[in-house]
Amino acid sequence: MKEKLKVYVVAALLALVGLSMALYKHFALGFPLFPNEKVAVWTVESKVEFESNGAEVLVSLALPDSQQGIEIVNENFTTSGYGFTEIEQPDGTRRAQWTRREAEGRQVLYYRLQIYPAALNQAPEVTPPGPPMPPEFDSARATSASALLDEIHALSADNETFVAQLLRGLAVEPLTQNAAFLLGDDRSPQHVAETALQLLSLAGIPNRIVRGLALEDGRRRQKLVDLIEVWDGEQWQIYDPRTARAGAPRDFVIWRRGDVSLLDVEGGRESQVTFAILRSYRPARDVALSNAVDNRATLVDFSIYSLPIEEQNAFKTILLVPIGTLVVALFRILIGLRTSGTFMPILIALAFIQTTLLWGLLLFLTVVGAGLYIRFHLARLNLLLIGRISAVVTVVIGLMSGISILSYKLGLHQILTVTFFPMIILSWTIERMSILWEEEGPKEVAIQGGGSLLVATAAYLLMSNSLVAHLTFNFPELLLVQLAAILLIGQYTGYRLTELKRFRPLVENR
Amino acid sequence: MRFASPFRLREIGLLGMNERNFFIARYNRRALYPLVDDKLKTKLLAEQSGLAVPKLYGVVREQHEVETMGEVLDRHDSFVIKPSRGSGGKGIKVIVGRRDDVFIKSSGEEVTRLDVTRHVSNILSGLYSLGGKPDVAMIEALVEMDPRFDGLSYEGIPDIRIIVFMGYPVMSMMRLATHASDGKANLHQGAVGVGLDLATGNSLFAVQYNRPLKLHPDTGLPLNTLAIPHWHALMCLGASCFEITGLGYLGADIVMDRHRGPLIMELNARPGLSIQIANNTGLSPRIRRVAAEAKARERSVEERVRFSMEAFGSEPPLAAAV
Repeated sequence: MKEKLKVYVVAALLALVGLSMALYKHFALGFPLFPNEKVAVWTVESKVEFESNGAEVLVSLALPDSQQGIEIVNENFTTSGYGFTEIEQPDGTRRAQWTRREAEGRQVLYYRLQIYPAALNQAPEVTPPGPPMPPEFDSARATSASALLDEIHALSADNETFVAQLLRGLAVEPLTQNAAFLLGDDRSPQHVAETALQLLSLAGIPNRIVRGLALEDGRRRQKLVDLIEVWDGEQWQIYDPRTARAGAPRDFVIWRRGDVSLLDVEGGRESQVTFAILRSYRPARDVALSNAVDNRATLVDFSIYSLPIEEQNAFKTILLVPIGTLVVALFRILIGLRTSGTFMPILIALAFIQTTLLWGLLLFLTVVGAGLYIRFHLARLNLLLIGRISAVVTVVIGLMSGISILSYKLGLHQILTVTFFPMIILSWTIERMSILWEEEGPKEVAIQGGGSLLVATAAYLLMSNSLVAHLTFNFPELLLVQLAAILLIGQYTGYRLTELKRFRPLVENR
Repeated sequence: MRFASPFRLREIGLLGMNERNFFIARYNRRALYPLVDDKLKTKLLAEQSGLAVPKLYGVVREQHEVETMGEVLDRHDSFVIKPSRGSGGKGIKVIVGRRDDVFIKSSGEEVTRLDVTRHVSNILSGLYSLGGKPDVAMIEALVEMDPRFDGLSYEGIPDIRIIVFMGYPVMSMMRLATHASDGKANLHQGAVGVGLDLATGNSLFAVQYNRPLKLHPDTGLPLNTLAIPHWHALMCLGASCFEITGLGYLGADIVMDRHRGPLIMELNARPGLSIQIANNTGLSPRIRRVAAEAKARERSVEERVRFSMEAFGSEPPLAAAV
């Protein structure tokens, strides 16, 4: 009993470790649980245009950073004729800088980036801002501003509802008299946002502007959208002034924060920056993998992904073998099926993956059948074991080449995959089967041969399943779970399914 | 396809293959297996310890010894030649007599001296051993069947299998070869299994192909009145196999010689489970009982046999009546 308990504990630990590693990879690193899962990848192209006046040119563009839910990778800058540098600002933000001694006429510069949905999030460090500077209003505007703040104050319960009510008062028609006066004729979102910021400053609430891009497929010549961030005492809370709601819109990439200029152009005029957005789909697994590699996630850094592609491909097959052992263990210990050789079915199943099931079965039966026939004739020569086995190997190779040539001439190319059968295994199978035939008779050969093929087929069906192949390769830590399962099966001392039939007389004869 | 309920089987105490393998792994050290897988080793071991076995006339180990074995053959009128590591009764040649230079097989067929030496040669080259490994040939005394067993076995001699756990006999049966089993003693091949009362050696139950039966299928002799003579000695012989091999879970195959009484034929480190069908009961409770008993105290062969007769017999022990 003590030993059993030990097995349970070890199995539980193994399963726990394996499962938690796999779940971590899924939830934190974004590895998909199912094959063929795709994620949207956005390509954003910012286009800087200006008219050069012939002097030296210096263009500086604010660049976005990776942020909550968004990973920015694959940046590239088209800089023909321009010197390019990426400058890290003291506050941690980045700017792209293009420079040129001399330029004439209309200039176009591109900055292209790819945005992946990222699962890895670090909370940004926040330092509480100081109190805001009061805005400069003329007396008429100041009066109506404080009147508006009073109105809103009366309608709100706390800071949060105050901000929401304020934005609502500026954005949602019909406007109150005070709001209409403050906004004037300009009802553009930019102006609304600007006014809201002024009012927030007047109310003494720290605030800043956030400019970003809503990601929508196929959009061209987009401008940045203005959002508002408000300090709620602990963190910055983002608001969309157009809807007066808290939180950023879906698929929104923040380009810059605060009063930083988006684009500075020296030596040019009529400058503008516009954005084009394109959505494409990439396999979720590739995206997660490249994210993890970029972030140097240890679980991925020290895994088979760090191997060369060729070795990775080898592991794709190798990692399937434990599935086969699990099937063999299940069939032999729980069901009680007799197979010829413990692991022969796995090797046959691996060959089936190359040949496909029906052809594989057909080829296997043909080669083993013909081999058995020849083996019986060899038996008459009274050879010793080594000689006999070597002779059988030679015969099997002869059979395989014969079958290949014949099928090629007949145009049955599928049969050429016969070479994927491990010939030593085939030879051993033939030898064992013929001994079995002599010692126990053809019935036992049929039972064990059929059992082996049944197990091989079951193993093949599992191993060729795309979900299984996906999970074993992308979550190798699930090996630990398989190990736990095998340990549990290995300590099973209960009845086998076949024994329930074999020992039925014990119940009936009473 | 109908299945028995596993709970019902558990109730009966059936020992399953998985659990048997577990017992074997636990009680039979791997290093001890060669002692029983090689019949010559088993025989020498038993002889050393004074346990009764069919007398060994000679051993042929090398091909060149085949020429000189004639002397051994000349000294005996009847003998058995068998491979030391053969399986399933293959390669066994039984010579019951001779006429001048010609040997007579049990079937009455005549064979020449050359046939016999060729047979030995084949044994040495591994023709009958598992996997074709080179083997040695044993020449031993022919067991003469106890006349009380006449007509019970079709060709060959009936043998008695005793399962011995930690030196305690826990179950036994007699195996009778039939016409259907082609002279072989394996139950799944059609031999009759007769469960024996551990206390008395009287038959309890008999099955062929898992079905109960009362009469021998070939000779029509009644099976329910079968009684094994020298039962106590036979039990002691089986129980002693624990001491000589060190195997905690073994099957002893014993035959009854008309002159010498019970003799050990061979031992098995992985005995099968069909004996439970022949006895119509399970091994598990008995093994569990003995495991507790063996842990609690050490006993001599005699004491162990008495314990088994009293604990597992269904009639009053024979020894008590004697």
